[in-house]
Amino acid sequence: MQFDPFVIPFNIGLYFILIYAVTRSVIWFRELSRPDKLRLQRGFFGKAFGQSLMEIFLESLIHRKILKKNLRIGYMHMSLAFGWFLLILFGTLEVDIFGASHLNAPYKAIFFKFFNPDHGQTPFEAGYSFLMDLILAFILSGLLLAIIKRFSSKAVGMKKTTRLKTLDKVALTSLWLIFPSRLIAESLTSGAYGTGSFLTGTLGSWLASFLSANEVAYPFWWLYSLSLGTFFVLLPLTRYLHIPTELFLIFMRNSGISTGDKTGAFSEVEVHSCSSCGICIDQCQLSFSAGINNIQSAYLMKAIRNNADTYDIAHNCLLCGRCDRACPVGIELSPIRMIQRRAGESETKYTNTWKGYFRNKHSVSVQKQNTKSIYDFLPESNPDKADILYFAGCMTHLTPSIKIAMTRIMNASGLKWSFIDEKGGVCCGRPLMLAGQDKEARELINFNSQIIWKTGAHTLVTSCPICYKVFKESYYLDVEVLHHTQFIKNCIDEDLVKMNFIHKKVTYHSPCELGRNSGIYDEPREVLKHVANLETTGFEDENSLCCGGSLGNIILSQAKKRQIATDVAAELTKKNPDYLATACPLCKKTLAPVTKSRVADISEIVAEAIVLPVIKKNTERYKKPVRESAGIA
Amino acid sequence: MYKFGFSLTKARVINYESNDRSIVDFILEREPSLNLCIECGGCSATCTTGNYTNFSLREIHILLKRGENEQVRDKIKQCMLCGKCSLVCPRGVNTRNVVFLAKQAFQKFTGHAV
Amino acid sequence: MPDMIGNVVVVGGGTAGMEAAGQLAKAGLSVTLIEKENDLGGHLKEWYHLFPDRRPGDEVLNYLKNQIIHDNIKLLTGNSVGGFQKKGNDFILNTSNGEVIKADAVLLTTGFDLFKSERKEEYGYGIYDNVISSADLEMMFREKELRLKNGEKPGKIGIVHCVGSRDEKVGNIYCSKLCCVTAVKQAIELKETLRDCKVFCFYMDMRMGGALYEEMYRDAQEKYGIGFIRGKVSEVGINISNKLIIKVEDTLAGRPLKMELDMLVLMAGMEMSAGGTKLAEAGKLKTGENRFFAPADNHLGSNQSNIKGLFYAGTCTAPMNVTETISHARGAVADIINYLKNNEK
Repeated sequence: MQFDPFVIPFNIGLYFILIYAVTRSVIWFRELSRPDKLRLQRGFFGKAFGQSLMEIFLESLIHRKILKKNLRIGYMHMSLAFGWFLLILFGTLEVDIFGASHLNAPYKAIFFKFFNPDHGQTPFEAGYSFLMDLILAFILSGLLLAIIKRFSSKAVGMKKTTRLKTLDKVALTSLWLIFPSRLIAESLTSGAYGTGSFLTGTLGSWLASFLSANEVAYPFWWLYSLSLGTFFVLLPLTRYLHIPTELFLIFMRNSGISTGDKTGAFSEVEVHSCSSCGICIDQCQLSFSAGINNIQSAYLMKAIRNNADTYDIAHNCLLCGRCDRACPVGIELSPIRMIQRRAGESETKYTNTWKGYFRNKHSVSVQKQNTKSIYDFLPESNPDKADILYFAGCMTHLTPSIKIAMTRIMNASGLKWSFIDEKGGVCCGRPLMLAGQDKEARELINFNSQIIWKTGAHTLVTSCPICYKVFKESYYLDVEVLHHTQFIKNCIDEDLVKMNFIHKKVTYHSPCELGRNSGIYDEPREVLKHVANLETTGFEDENSLCCGGSLGNIILSQAKKRQIATDVAAELTKKNPDYLATACPLCKKTLAPVTKSRVADISEIVAEAIVLPVIKKNTERYKKPVRESAGIA
Repeated sequence: MYKFGFSLTKARVINYESNDRSIVDFILEREPSLNLCIECGGCSATCTTGNYTNFSLREIHILLKRGENEQVRDKIKQCMLCGKCSLVCPRGVNTRNVVFLAKQAFQKFTGHAV
Repeated sequence: MPDMIGNVVVVGGGTAGMEAAGQLAKAGLSVTLIEKENDLGGHLKEWYHLFPDRRPGDEVLNYLKNQIIHDNIKLLTGNSVGGFQKKGNDFILNTSNGEVIKADAVLLTTGFDLFKSERKEEYGYGIYDNVISSADLEMMFREKELRLKNGEKPGKIGIVHCVGSRDEKVGNIYCSKLCCVTAVKQAIELKETLRDCKVFCFYMDMRMGGALYEEMYRDAQEKYGIGFIRGKVSEVGINISNKLIIKVEDTLAGRPLKMELDMLVLMAGMEMSAGGTKLAEAGKLKTGENRFFAPADNHLGSNQSNIKGLFYAGTCTAPMNVTETISHARGAVADIINYLKNNEK
């Protein structure tokens, strides 16, 4: 009977974590809403299932996304995850092939060398031992990187690494002990019996030359088992819970479940899937430009898990979306942050439902019971009828050159348009939503919707990407919503406005709300290329930087905003362009004071390029809605 | 018998000694830039809400600083958080955060949500 | 008194530079006065009348031009200095014309640049007609052409204080000191030129900290009926009749104010000159947070730099008016003479 007391810690740990992981998954499954439950069930069949398995292989094991971003960190994660997976897989096969019987207890695979010390004589056995040693070496190389990273993150190409709490450090230590202790235990046993392959054999024979290998080996087998057991038992209390949780997340996500507006099982699974890898910190401009290092998404996830007060962390974020894009686990970081902001405002505030190992559901109900209307001072409106509306937005009133440029462009197009907030309008509502005050925002949304509906227009053009996003997503309007760069692109395509080519060098700063948060990259770029020489900056499209002026950050001081803006402007004007173009009045207002280069909105550059027609236009043709004439359904 | 000396109507006087400045203290602890405000009125001038109703952020700042909280309580929620005030302030006061914190402070200290 | 031996280079031919050059020459020193423009006089050429007594700026300019007619002064106009080196007690300067000048002492009087009002986009300078800067208005007074873009005479004129000063948003948190008194002076001049016009000053504070300034303020109110409204103008727009409309809160009344204006004058602040900044970087001269040259000692060494033998005078150290500039220049001359005497020993 192959058994020894030292395997007990490992067994306890392994069975504990397996049962725990399954139980927790079942609990989470039961908390899904009914539609989500159906989605998940469907996700275990067909294409979604294959996708999930593929993603688990490529991301959870190989860590392809991280490899693409940072080779050293990617290799480190890959070697530990994939390496350990291979070790378990081939170890299980090993005991299956070479062991006494099939279907063995797990400990027999893990501690194979202990129970089969003579193994490795025949060529096949030797080959297999070589494979196992190779995998172990693979893991150990990554482990070395991990140790280096803990002491010097710059050496592995990251600006900063996550700070850990005590329990994390204990779990980390036990994790780090696992493979070295396996190496030494296997080596000593191999040394005593004269077996082992290139790693364990070589090390073993050297150690055996001056130690009583077999006796010294035994405590190391105990160490191996204890470190495994400790790690497994501590796993649910630390960030390493992400290992099983991430698998569950992938299946859920590929089944079509998403975060939504409220705390739910999916957002909890996401929060627990965060491995604290620190890539979000690396991407965050608050970190590398403003020196603020305690509010990034990894810390938010941690705070939620630990039931800490998330107010300061949740509100100090530009909501630029750079971390969302970079997260290798694909956690929807910004929506989770928004849920925290809404908590206590328009939604119920939940404390974390897990405390340590156990369930702990404790909610604090909505504190704001006021159902009275807040903005009832807004007057009834009677706007003029128009086909196309232009809504400048609050910020555009502080950058009048944009208003003037758009007026010129709209007039040049010959279309029947109306400037609905010419004398100053009511805020679109998104700044309130960014602060978590959805209910209040809804009042403003209703007010503005009334005005838009009363004009009978079929198209709404706005200069501000913040307004654009809320009009498109939260106003349930029956009009086509366009950002002014899209409108200008339509004008170019439809030949409504003729433009000269200005021979000036231009770089483009893509506004967060327009680019990453609304997905509009092509139109601004095409428009700029049509009128000027557009140059690249290395920060194109999804990789663009945030100017720092964000209304999403409630807390950030003006001085820190300036620091961020200065860095961004310096980066984007490295090639000394004639214009630094942008498509957002807030970006313009933020970047203009911190650079000597001329900062101009795309509409200003286009207005400069307009050729006014010599012959009076036949405007009959343009009475059709822009939608139709531009061929957009 | 004549009563000489300083005698203002109770309703008019800002009684600095007895006024409760816990709200402004709460705000200042978290947003010290409010200390820089010189009441220039730029924020009120540009205010979106100010276009429609008699909401004056400058007035709210001064009332809070003096501890005249009751006059602020119902007004503060009219802010649309649009952010123009912060963009205009010449002293660099983070006015948007001041409003945000004021709302919180009222909730916390008076138990009555605004 | 025997002539002193020594050669001083004065960089910058404005008020401070010319006065210092004249005094140094009279003291017997040999002076090289370098000026980047073709004409001397700096910003003084642009002013119409000077406060507090409204005497013509040209009188002071002529006095200064006479001062520098001296055998000891060598004039180099159309020339600028990009950098310098110090070897022992000698200074070596390179001019843009390629000349190399040796000096025993250097006096920097590079002056100031006026804040460019386009940077305050919300005020509409360069965007709306009839929004002008204080410097533009002085030119209009000099040329006796006080009209709107369409040729008409303005009926209602607004003056905005603190444009480009006391403003964190444009990076200048300091006060330019002179704009308030300039605003009062220009308001008075507007009333004298156009008797029927109405003038309003929009201020955050009224900084009348100089001799006879407060008296001017009183005259402006009492004799000229100029309106003073405490409120920072947040933005400027135009209405259908092309009149300017401003958004401002009358803070003392506690209510928003609505007003139509024909013309708006922006009181542009003073900034460190671009040439001076270049010299500071090239020569590792200390500058303050306000980017002006930092004096060696705020009380006892306001003309001295962090390099022995290199001195400052005038608005390159801080905003100051013509009176203070001339005094400051004379102070620099005293420091230079003492320095050279000590070196001779």
